Amino acid sequence: MNLLLFVLKRFLRLLLTILIISTIIFFVIRVIPGDPALVVAGIDASDEEIQAIRAKLGTDAPVTVQYARWMRDLVRLDLGTSLTSGQSVKALIRQRFPLTFTLAVLGIILGVIIAIPLGVLSAVHRWSLWDYLGMVYSQAGMAIPSFWLGIILLLLFSVKFPIFPLFGSDSLKNLVLPAIALGFARAAVILRLTRASMVDELSKEYIITARAKGLTEKMINYKHALKNALIPVVTVTGIQFGYMLGGAIIIEQVFSLPGLGRLFLYAIYQRDFPLIQGGVVFIAVIFSLTNFIVDIFYSVLNPKIRIS
Amino acid sequence: MELAVRNLDLSFIQTTSEGHALRGINLTVKEGEIHALVGESGSGKSVTSTAIMGLLPSPPARINSGEIILGGTDILSLDEKERRTIRGQKIAMVFQEPSKYLNPTLKIGEQITEVLKLHLGMDKEQAENRALEILDMVGLGGGKRILKSYPHELSGGMKQRAMIAIAISCNPSFLIADEPTTALDVTLQLQILKLILNLREKLSMGILFISHDLRVVHDISDRVSVIYAGKIVETAPKTDLYSQPVHPYSNLLLQSIPDADKRGSRLITIAGKVPDAENIPPGCAFHPRCPYAMDICREKDPEMKPCGENHLAACHLTDNRN
Repeated sequence: MNLLLFVLKRFLRLLLTILIISTIIFFVIRVIPGDPALVVAGIDASDEEIQAIRAKLGTDAPVTVQYARWMRDLVRLDLGTSLTSGQSVKALIRQRFPLTFTLAVLGIILGVIIAIPLGVLSAVHRWSLWDYLGMVYSQAGMAIPSFWLGIILLLLFSVKFPIFPLFGSDSLKNLVLPAIALGFARAAVILRLTRASMVDELSKEYIITARAKGLTEKMINYKHALKNALIPVVTVTGIQFGYMLGGAIIIEQVFSLPGLGRLFLYAIYQRDFPLIQGGVVFIAVIFSLTNFIVDIFYSVLNPKIRIS
Repeated sequence: MELAVRNLDLSFIQTTSEGHALRGINLTVKEGEIHALVGESGSGKSVTSTAIMGLLPSPPARINSGEIILGGTDILSLDEKERRTIRGQKIAMVFQEPSKYLNPTLKIGEQITEVLKLHLGMDKEQAENRALEILDMVGLGGGKRILKSYPHELSGGMKQRAMIAIAISCNPSFLIADEPTTALDVTLQLQILKLILNLREKLSMGILFISHDLRVVHDISDRVSVIYAGKIVETAPKTDLYSQPVHPYSNLLLQSIPDADKRGSRLITIAGKVPDAENIPPGCAFHPRCPYAMDICREKDPEMKPCGENHLAACHLTDNRN
């Protein structure tokens, strides 16, 4: 199958995923006890006032009508208006997303820069210094919670040695420490996977063929084994990136960054139903979109995948 | 170019034991000759071929003594870099299961041309033209499409042809074919055997053909050596070996081929199994399974003795004949 058809098929699947998720979130929100109109009106409001707010929010209509409106709005890329701030959900997400995106990109780049070379070297030179370094790193990376690392980084590099600012989010400098805190643990996961995958590939039969052809060790490791070894690594890295794009709630709290994670957290605290609903759909879209891009990457790396 | 293995003795060193995998292998493959090496699993066929390729990891493998002479040079005395230039260029190898031995994510074209670029210093265009010639030679017409294909896009027979194309790309003087037809169905087996015979003719390569299938060996080889527990026990021109096997092991192997004429009769099998390299029996390694074993067989390992023209066997029974 050619690549274009594959991309088209995956894109249709992406749309289907978003449709299903937005439907689920629509009904889940309505099953959860609590009337958004009461949240907006407050305890002292009269029945008439509440009724008026319901009409304004559209929650007085039958569920089927509400669902139809929700779908219509989605197609128009309209996620509704936040109950607490009065701004449109889209505008709120648009304000917060650049920060989250930059943080995720920095975090994943950092993770990949540490993990892939170290993972490959660990696998190629097994039981060497590289390998021990990799093992120590992956143990530490998985054992250390990111919020703790974040706090320690802040104490060290913002308080004790004030290299990076303690507060704020307006420059890239503000994002260095959170990106390290975020990327550190991701790198451990990617490193372990890279090493395991590379070790696995190096024990395969086609490596014997490559040796029998008289290829140099470099060609065997980096041309023959690495391309195959990276296939699962790309998938996992992509999924990790997708998670990070949904906002890093804990890291954003520790570094007081106004990202998506905190936006959605407050939405839940304040029962801001349109914002919760819109936020979930947004995360779903972002997540499916990264998966879609990963799938395409994957099919470039692994031509076999295009058949299935 | 002639390839000669002289007294190759090789062990696998484990932490607690030592496996004596090859116990003085002697084997000569003349230019243009197809020399079959037959034996059961674990007899040392693949270790021999891997040792010739220089692909045995050391440790655990250790060469105790012996020489592998290719065109007058003992390749065991070369360093790793020199051996690498021989691999793929002068000695090439075809493996059993093409779907596993081809890289799944590289196009066939790349898998052929990389060897040409590396060993013969060709540029991309030269290498591609040469690759097309080779594909034509192995019967993969319409080569341009094949060059752009990934292994999974080819059928089993085509993959094995592609594997052979990779092996012969640099015009090697010596080819090792390690059970190249075992993974294929019978009609494809025949095609691949024909192709190998055809290529031998065209390229006048010496071929070491490793197999456990005596029918395939009968179809293809000029000469047959039988290996048992890391030692050649009999070597003879094909027709001699099939008509007058001397060693009881060769004899039993030949009798254990299923034959349509003997339908209904019980198939002959050889009781027991090949001894582990760690526990080679004293005397003749075959004596525990040999129906003709005598006292001397348990004590003394027989030497290879001539018992016909170009026919040698290592069995004490030959002493009594003379």
